[in-house]
Amino acid sequence: MSEASTGHPTVWRPPKLIENPVLRYGLLAGALAYLVWSLGALEIDWARISVGLPRAQNMFERMIPPDFSRWELLVRGITESVLIAFAASFAGMILAVPLGLAAAVNLAPRPVYLFARLLVVLSRTFHEIIWAIFFVKIVGFGALAGVLTLVVASTSFISKMLAEDVENMNAGQAEAVRATGASFPKLLTYAIVPQILPRYLGVSIYRLDANIRHSTVVGIVGAGGIGQVLAASFSRYDYDFSLAILLVIIGLVFLGEIFSNWIRKRLR
Amino acid sequence: MLEISDLVKTYPNGLRALHGVNLAVDRPVVVAVIGSSGAGKSTLIRCINRLVPPTSGKVVLNGTDITALGRAGLRKARRRMGMIFQEYNLVERLTVMENVLSGRLGYVGFWRAYRRQFPPEDVAAAFELLDRVGLSGREDARADALSGGQRQRVGIARALMQRPELLLVDEPTASLDPKTARQIMRLIVELAHERGTPALVNIHDVALAQGFADRIVGLSDGRKVFEGTPAELTPDALTEIYGEEDWSSTIRRSDDDEEEAAPPARHDGAQAIAPETAAG
Amino acid sequence: MTVDQHKSRYPEVWRRFGPRETLIRYAWYLGIVFVAAASLSTLDITWVYLLDAHVQAYDLLERMVPPDWSYFDVVVGAMIETVHIATLGTVATLLIAFPVAFLAARNTTFNSFTWAVGRFILVASRSINTVVWALIFVAIFGPGPVAGIWAIAARSIGFMGKLTAEAIEEIDEGTVEAIEATGASRLQVLWIGILPQVLPVIYGTTVYRWDINIRESTVLGFVGAGGIGILLYSSINQFIWQQVSVMLIAIFGVVVVSELVSATVRKKIT
Repeated sequence: MSEASTGHPTVWRPPKLIENPVLRYGLLAGALAYLVWSLGALEIDWARISVGLPRAQNMFERMIPPDFSRWELLVRGITESVLIAFAASFAGMILAVPLGLAAAVNLAPRPVYLFARLLVVLSRTFHEIIWAIFFVKIVGFGALAGVLTLVVASTSFISKMLAEDVENMNAGQAEAVRATGASFPKLLTYAIVPQILPRYLGVSIYRLDANIRHSTVVGIVGAGGIGQVLAASFSRYDYDFSLAILLVIIGLVFLGEIFSNWIRKRLR
Repeated sequence: MLEISDLVKTYPNGLRALHGVNLAVDRPVVVAVIGSSGAGKSTLIRCINRLVPPTSGKVVLNGTDITALGRAGLRKARRRMGMIFQEYNLVERLTVMENVLSGRLGYVGFWRAYRRQFPPEDVAAAFELLDRVGLSGREDARADALSGGQRQRVGIARALMQRPELLLVDEPTASLDPKTARQIMRLIVELAHERGTPALVNIHDVALAQGFADRIVGLSDGRKVFEGTPAELTPDALTEIYGEEDWSSTIRRSDDDEEEAAPPARHDGAQAIAPETAAG
Repeated sequence: MTVDQHKSRYPEVWRRFGPRETLIRYAWYLGIVFVAAASLSTLDITWVYLLDAHVQAYDLLERMVPPDWSYFDVVVGAMIETVHIATLGTVATLLIAFPVAFLAARNTTFNSFTWAVGRFILVASRSINTVVWALIFVAIFGPGPVAGIWAIAARSIGFMGKLTAEAIEEIDEGTVEAIEATGASRLQVLWIGILPQVLPVIYGTTVYRWDINIRESTVLGFVGAGGIGILLYSSINQFIWQQVSVMLIAIFGVVVVSELVSATVRKKIT
């Protein structure tokens, strides 16, 4: 440190996020090494990639203008997706209540809690497409598999949020209600539900929105909805139809988000 | 009325909060429990209605052995004890009226409670109590829209809705400013006397305790080290309860006592307690 | 007071919601139930299939046990590739998502047009599922992990961009004001006034999305974009269920670990 005539240092460095220089540079070096390693380890067909960009351009040209001529097919597919989303969201909302309450460590007895948590973890680990395949195998192709898939996804999502909310709730309010001699169901209604209800509804509506997004995809493995139409259009190089479908999906999700934001604001 | 014998509480982490406390309240008096933090005041109060299960000992309320009750019996017993909390513990998102009515939860069935259809006597009593604590007209307000003092009044109304045989009050004034604290203490003591209900009040403000309580109990390290009238609370006694300190300024002098101790005439509609002042 | 006097002084009924509000609430309840029921009945569902579903499920589970552990080496390699796809995709997102986020935040964008463009990019990115992006990129780049990496990036831009844009919009304007008042340039204001406030959100969101991307990467192979999805798809189609169960176990293990990592890092940041 150099010192001016006043005796104070003239150079100052702000503290870094990671103080230890060895750790800091070590992490940086590690990150670079990882990049090199992973890119090398992946079997990348560079020849194919270099062809990729002109192909992308080709694809864009074929996409525009979007082809809405087969709109009946489009509408049918989208309607099915939306209906799947609605039905699954509703069922998920309802099923999430017992599961969420059971997965709260301050509410449920320990074995129940552990079991419920296990269910939540299991259902969230696997991507919904894996669940979709599973359900297609069990109940056959079509919308039923899609609904069941999204019910699993919705239930696990909402119940996880619910359990977190219950675990974070203000314990004093519950204590007061218990002190009046109220039984458990009354405790639920008066102390627990008022605290978690707004967020529960908000999360459920958010999930409805997410389900609309996900329902467009489960069709790829045969679980109903627009996904099937989309995958078919790609495999047949009908890119202009693909673009039409994609635009409709974007529009639908956008509308869904506006609707969900509006409702959640009114819930405050 | 209330008899506590040999109450012991050891927490799972090994902390011994109560070392065998004995206490008897045989008249409808207000008993202030004082002591430093960690002395066991909060534990003692919560052991009485078993919000904290005692490790050993007996608590008998008007002939019922609380410590021996099963789940259903305990719920019935809890209805007979009204509790007032330091942090008010109102359900914030519910209205004032719902909070007050929740005092009757031990007495109504689930569906009535769910649909908020309480018996007419209870609703009328709730309105009356709200009037009494100075909150008439506020029954539709959401609890979290109220100030601290107002919330505590709702808490008091809720406890009294149970028509309890015993009031358990845990540091009712700790979160309040000095003026509101006195108002609340006065309210609690007045109501307890009006209804002939004995009350056990945890309080850390010795001056407040001396000024309002009929009897004082001092806890130190989980043991009762003092029991007597406020006048008997000498600096030596305080040293036993809290430790060495200059107590002369804390103790109220007897002439101050007379100005404060005479409670206002019984309320009959004109508010004895100033409603909705800025500090209330 | 006598009981009668008592009665006449205070009301005996209290309702939280007036009649109009109660009606509105019930209308909402009924509406939602109606929509859900209508959805179910409109959908082309052969409910009969539900009847023997449990039999089918049990049969499936039987065939999956015991897992074929000899297949594990192959699986490990594929899982490593899956993690690479997720990680590299998240890294690629970092470079793109934040400039877009600045465009999409009302207080840092240049004008309404750029704001709309930023918002549109984020909405488009979020609306299209990762798997659909994978379809697109496989058509462009051919099958393989590169398509997967870009698919992950394309979807993550919307996720991270949106959360970051929201964080930017919620910053303390006072800090920015103070720095502007010193005469700093726009870029300096960005760097010193805005970025430090937003950085914790950026770190947290990145790790959060990385965790989600690991799950997403497991299925991209279904459309040919690399990772364990390829093996999974092929084993399912050939009904080699015992290989499937090994892969599911491997996925479970990796996802659990990544969730732990993500949770720990995020706790350290906040």
